[in-house]
Amino acid sequence: MNRRVVAVVPAFDEEAAIGAVVAGIREFDPEIDVVVVDDGSGDGTAHAAAAAGATVVRLPFNLGIGAAVQTGFRYALEQDYDVAVRLDGDGQHDPSELPKLLEPLERGEADVVTGSRFRDEGTYRPPLGRRLGITWFAKLVSLLSRQQVTDTTSGFQALNRSAISLFARDYPSDYPEVEATVLLLKHRLRLTEVQVEMRERETGSSSITFLRSLYYAVKVTLALFVGIARRSAVPTEGSPR
Amino acid sequence: MTPVRISIAAAVGSVLLLLIVLELIRGRRLKERYALLWLATGLVLLVLSLWRAGLNTIAGWLGVSGYPPAILFAAAIMFVIAVLLHYSTVLSRLTDDNVLLAQEVALLRARVDALEREDAREPATEPRAG
Repeated sequence: MNRRVVAVVPAFDEEAAIGAVVAGIREFDPEIDVVVVDDGSGDGTAHAAAAAGATVVRLPFNLGIGAAVQTGFRYALEQDYDVAVRLDGDGQHDPSELPKLLEPLERGEADVVTGSRFRDEGTYRPPLGRRLGITWFAKLVSLLSRQQVTDTTSGFQALNRSAISLFARDYPSDYPEVEATVLLLKHRLRLTEVQVEMRERETGSSSITFLRSLYYAVKVTLALFVGIARRSAVPTEGSPR
Repeated sequence: MTPVRISIAAAVGSVLLLLIVLELIRGRRLKERYALLWLATGLVLLVLSLWRAGLNTIAGWLGVSGYPPAILFAAAIMFVIAVLLHYSTVLSRLTDDNVLLAQEVALLRARVDALEREDAREPATEPRAG
């Protein structure tokens, strides 16, 4: 493969999991460079990632998932990678699914490929609250983009250079995948979904997480409409703000 | 008509605000661009408190018949809202800039690390700290 591929892995306090994630990617394909963006972790995340053979970009303090992922895309742009794949630092994304994500890019059929848990009959059955949120955003984004999108909250993605350069300039902050989907389509980049399985994470379902999900759902919905109404979707370099 | 004592108190208050803002600018503790709104606040309130007939007329336009100084409060509140809104925009910009700086620092540090590792591989270089 002559295309240079980088795996962007955002991680916050993932000391226990990150080593295996990095090793898993390298084992799957040693040609893929792994960059771990340590989002101001207080534990040994950076050390564990470096020990497993990743390049580590350490943010000086916690910026949140969106800005951390964007840091990875900026790295990919700076280092001139052709393709970036994004995997979460907690190990829920399985590197052996990567070929499915990379294929449509190789064939030039898409600018971004998302690993969806709901495209076909997957085995993932999320709890009710989460399922409601996922369905709400899938329907809303599908409506806004006039294209069927089944999983707007998946962080398992592969991007080509156009998409990398867009996200390096502009990437949303909380639950960024939902807004990013709309941003992509607004810039007329082509999005494709492929069915993937993800490893389960333990999910708490206390009332606090429910309220928090509701808060995020409202916030992200607002952000979606703001994103659409925004005058210039991407502030160009050096433009007055 | 506005009671004279209210006019005097409001005028004194406005002058005090103006003096404090000017002193802060003079001492470089307040940047001019952030002081402009405060200066405008002080000036408008000063004019409204001294120009008693004008305050009366404006109150009449707005249908405030009983108590013209209410217009003073209204003007003051409007300016405070304007100042706060301005601060929110400044805060948003600073937040964005801050994120950008943190990302830039992180990327530069990664490059420095990489260069140092390359350096360390070459023989006869002094051992690195850390």
